[in-house]
Amino acid sequence: MSIPELTCQELVEVVTDYLEGRLPAGRRLRLEEHLAFCHWCQTYLEQLRTTVRLTGTLKEDDLGPQARAALLGVFGDWKRR
Amino acid sequence: MSEVELLGALRRGDEGAFRTLVDRYGASMLRLARVYVGDRAVAEEVVQEAWLGVLRGIERFEGRSSLGTWLHRIVANLARTRAVREARSVPFSALAGAEVEAEGPSVPPERFRGPDDRWAGHWATPPEPWGRPDRELLSAEMRALVVAAIEALPQLQRAVVTLRDVEGWSAQEVCTVLALSQTYQRVLLHRARTRLRQALDEYLTGNQRVDPS
Repeated sequence: MSIPELTCQELVEVVTDYLEGRLPAGRRLRLEEHLAFCHWCQTYLEQLRTTVRLTGTLKEDDLGPQARAALLGVFGDWKRR
Repeated sequence: MSEVELLGALRRGDEGAFRTLVDRYGASMLRLARVYVGDRAVAEEVVQEAWLGVLRGIERFEGRSSLGTWLHRIVANLARTRAVREARSVPFSALAGAEVEAEGPSVPPERFRGPDDRWAGHWATPPEPWGRPDRELLSAEMRALVVAAIEALPQLQRAVVTLRDVEGWSAQEVCTVLALSQTYQRVLLHRARTRLRQALDEYLTGNQRVDPS
């Protein structure tokens, strides 16, 4: 059974499955063939990867000192029981 | 100290063990709570409530999941309940179902060539390169843009993309904590990432999502 070509329009729908390693082998091969010659889709994939990388730099919003103190209060109350 | 040792110390009422666990998991528990309840003060209450639940249930914890997973599941459950109670009148699960169904295709169909075209399904209006060096893309300005775009996502997409791409959790961990199937988790992640890319693209290339015909 042959696996049909993959279009750009299909690629943008399955790209997360591809990045997650969840595309069946045949489909993955088609996608990689497509990417090899389609620089537009290369651009799209690269932008998606950049987006994920940028999202990964957002980790801030630490526990403030008051929130920490409140948690230690919770612990103190529990221990006294 | 290993997790087993920490658990043992916590059962004995060792405050040092508690502090270690708060340092290790406190911030990410707070971020998780905030995915459900927007208000920081309420999210902090949820985290406190979660720790209290943990301490009260510590004797019953059997270690079938990791301590971190257990902690975050408790936070997710409490925060979800709290979000519903706080007059977000639609239950979380109902929202979740609607989130996927309401979504259209990842990229508007007008941007591709129509079915009668020799190149049907290929780009008609292809993506434009962003043309910025990495250090510019990773600037404070761009980060603020992504933060705003995440805030604007539907709740469950926000939860998934926060845990996967901000916190760096595995797909399996996210499924366990949010009680999602693998497939559904991937759909939500896909929707969220697609929208975030779109937000960046609009900003960097000045192209709006809907092209007037």
